[in-house]
This record gives sequence, structure tokens and C-alpha cells, in this order.
Amino acid sequence: MNLSDWNDELANEMAKADGAVLEDNHWEVINFLRDYYEEYQIAPAVRVLTKAVGKKLGKDKGTSKYLYELFPYGPAKQACKYAGLPKPTGCV
Amino acid sequence: MATKKFLYVNRKAPHGSIYAQESLEVVLIAAAFEQDVSLAFVDDGVYQLLQNQDTGALGSKNFSPTYKALGDYDVSKIYVEQESLEMRGLGKDDLMPLVYEDEDDDWAEKDSIHVVSSSELADIIEQQDVILNF
Repeated sequence: MNLSDWNDELANEMAKADGAVLEDNHWEVINFLRDYYEEYQIAPAVRVLTKAVGKKLGKDKGTSKYLYELFPYGPAKQACKYAGLPKPTGCV
Repeated sequence: MATKKFLYVNRKAPHGSIYAQESLEVVLIAAAFEQDVSLAFVDDGVYQLLQNQDTGALGSKNFSPTYKALGDYDVSKIYVEQESLEMRGLGKDDLMPLVYEDEDDDWAEKDSIHVVSSSELADIIEQQDVILNF
């Protein structure tokens, strides 16, 4: 898949197929991942994502509990999928 | 998990082969597993850290911005051999600035790149548990 082919609608459709609905809180993380990829050319590992989200979106959101509640299939894997990014490096 | 000291030695130019990109990928995986990771750049490997790389004409991915994420992965020991730089007419200013935030010093931003002599690098190699050559 070409990264530039991604759009919001595609993310919503992928979420729907998983039985999820994307709210503002999800979009915050998805957009954060897309910005991170744009800057560093990788999707961050979950530990790095957690720390970076805490710094960017506020401490209360920089916890694995918060991120796993939003993305129960694993924040890195599931959020990256909706963001149209490759699986994070170091993701197992 | 037991922590080992890993040193990744990078010797090849960045874009003519897959070595540099593969090395970086393995580094990020080891770092994600919270190992003690150091990187060394010697010979043509010093070109991997050059600023303003452009792979457009090669049609390959420019992965060089990923080195700037190393700080986020707590990789803060990046050694560049002085002799290799000098032999190629390069200095530290030609390299990308790579930084990390020091947790023990109120998250102050610090330089990750250390230019070391060949004999200093030999001492660093001596201290490692695992050395991987790329």
C-alpha cells in the first residue's frame, strides 16, 4: 500500500471491519503516529510511543493503560494499521 | 531480562547495500528490548550519519531521518571514529545532530555523537558483551 493513498475514510473503514469506532482520542494517536513517521520514517515501538504521546498529548495519556484502552489489539499494531503505516520496528 | 552490552559496528556507505538499513533496524529492536546499545561508525560507515542525504535519484527509501529517533529509544552512545572522518575530509559538523534527553539531569537535551580516536574505540569494543558487524 502506498502511504499517500491513505485517508480518514480508509481508517474509519478499517476500524469498522474490526468492530471499532474512531473517536477524537483515537485520531489524536493516529495523527501523532503519522507525524512521527513523516519525521523519522519509522513507526515507534510501543514503549517509545507511550513516552512520546505523554510528552505531546499530556502525561495522563502517556500510559500503556490509556493506549491499550483505545487500541485493545495493541496500540502500536492497531493504531499503525489505521494510520496506514508499516508495523512498528521491534514490534513482536 | 538480563541486559547485555551490544555494540553495532557500521562500516559501509549507507545506500549502496542493505547493511546500513538492516543494522539500524536491528539496533531499534535491541533497544526496544531495553538492552545496553552502542553504535560505532568507522570507514565508509561514517557516511551513514551525513546531513541532507537525498536518495531520490536512487529510487530507494531515505531512512537517514530514523537515526534521529535513536534518542527516543534511549540509544545515546554513538561513536564515530575520528580517523575515518579525517580520511574522508569530514568533520562532526557534516553529521546530523543526534541528541537524547538525559533522564538523570532533568531531561536536558544532550549530544549522542562522540567522535573518538581509533584507540579509544578499541577500548570501547573491549568493554562489550556482543559485537555485531555490518
